[in-house]
Amino acid sequence: MTFWDQAVEIARVDLRVERRVGDVLRIILPFAVIALLVFPLALGVDLSAITQLGPAVFWAIGVLFGMQVALRQAADDRPERRDLYSLLGVDPAARFVGRSMSGSVLMLAFMVVLLAATFVLYSPRLPSGWPGPVILALLLTAVGLTELGTLAGEVTAGLRSRTALASLIVAPLAIPLVIGGSQTLESLTRDTSILPWLLLLIATDLALAVAGVALARPLEEASR
Amino acid sequence: MRLHPVGTHIELEDAGVSLGGQTILRGLTLTVAAAEVLGIAGPNGSGKTTFLRLLATLTAPYRGTGRVLGATLGTSEVYRIRQDIGLIGHIPTVVGELTLRENLQHATRLFGGDTARVERALQVVGLTEAAERKVEQSSYGMLRRTEAARLLITRPKLLLLDEAFSGLDIDAQELIDALITRTTENGGAVVMVSHDAGHLADRASRVLAISAGRLERVA
Repeated sequence: MTFWDQAVEIARVDLRVERRVGDVLRIILPFAVIALLVFPLALGVDLSAITQLGPAVFWAIGVLFGMQVALRQAADDRPERRDLYSLLGVDPAARFVGRSMSGSVLMLAFMVVLLAATFVLYSPRLPSGWPGPVILALLLTAVGLTELGTLAGEVTAGLRSRTALASLIVAPLAIPLVIGGSQTLESLTRDTSILPWLLLLIATDLALAVAGVALARPLEEASR
Repeated sequence: MRLHPVGTHIELEDAGVSLGGQTILRGLTLTVAAAEVLGIAGPNGSGKTTFLRLLATLTAPYRGTGRVLGATLGTSEVYRIRQDIGLIGHIPTVVGELTLRENLQHATRLFGGDTARVERALQVVGLTEAAERKVEQSSYGMLRRTEAARLLITRPKLLLLDEAFSGLDIDAQELIDALITRTTENGGAVVMVSHDAGHLADRASRVLAISAGRLERVA
């Protein structure tokens, strides 16, 4: 079985498990939408403030709850399953790529639904032609956050309090993704170029992908 | 039909294993030949499971040397031979949210095997009727049978059994026995550990004891 076949098989099963367990869509997403609701309630009837704050609140809630999505697999990853994959000949790098693929799909779905909820609750003003660049920025942010969460899960595998430790790793390293994603939206509203921010997102995604693949084997061995 | 390979499947020379700064195994010197069934008896906490993880290449020796199926332990060579090792450990290695059939299909795909063999394997281990049960709806014995079915598909050259007979009914024990026979008939080696020397004496061609992290001859 090729590297990509293994990665796709792992992603496929991860998504099947998510469909049955529903951590992301049934638990994390409703809480994120409730968090979105809190801000308009706190701001009262100041509709212009609500409209202006919409994109910022979306990114804040999206990244905070997105980290939970990204770290979800790390919490579920049991040593027995890692051993099984090793003895089936799964390349640790293929496992990283597969988990990043499935996580990215879930993260993108999560962010798209959250964005729709933001439009309903905040009615942010965006220029015409916004969907393409915004969806691209969401996709790149989703991929980066998931790679980061998967990598943090590998770094903390086998450690006690791994979920808390993984969060500590993800939070500071997610800053380029937060800046890239939020500034893409901001540049659209100001009618300035979004290219630098998309390039920042792409560079971050690539750097995390290279790190995840290159470190997969040593991290797996170190976790035992 | 596979030819019987000639030679040694496991070679350990003064190998030791340390976990978290504590020495668990020390001075392990051992050879296991092709088609041999080695039994290791020892009480709880004597290092049996760590010993099997060393042979499974899942733990590296901190001292001494070791080779398993021709790969030097603690080096990247182990990635080449891991697919040839089958391990039945304390805890059944299955994905909890999948059915028994899906677990086998998943493992078979990752292994690079033909998923058409899954149905035959389920039939051999007597799980055809229960194949759509999720792991959480299955008994311990069923999970063990699922593992046996996986090993029927992957056909390991080195079979490692950790208390594999505990908690199994006679039929399931016979399945494990069949796996042992099949592995040795194909020229593979089997290492089984148990706190119950009775399980080992009936099946192993040689039995050693493990005590305080050292291998000893059985008197």
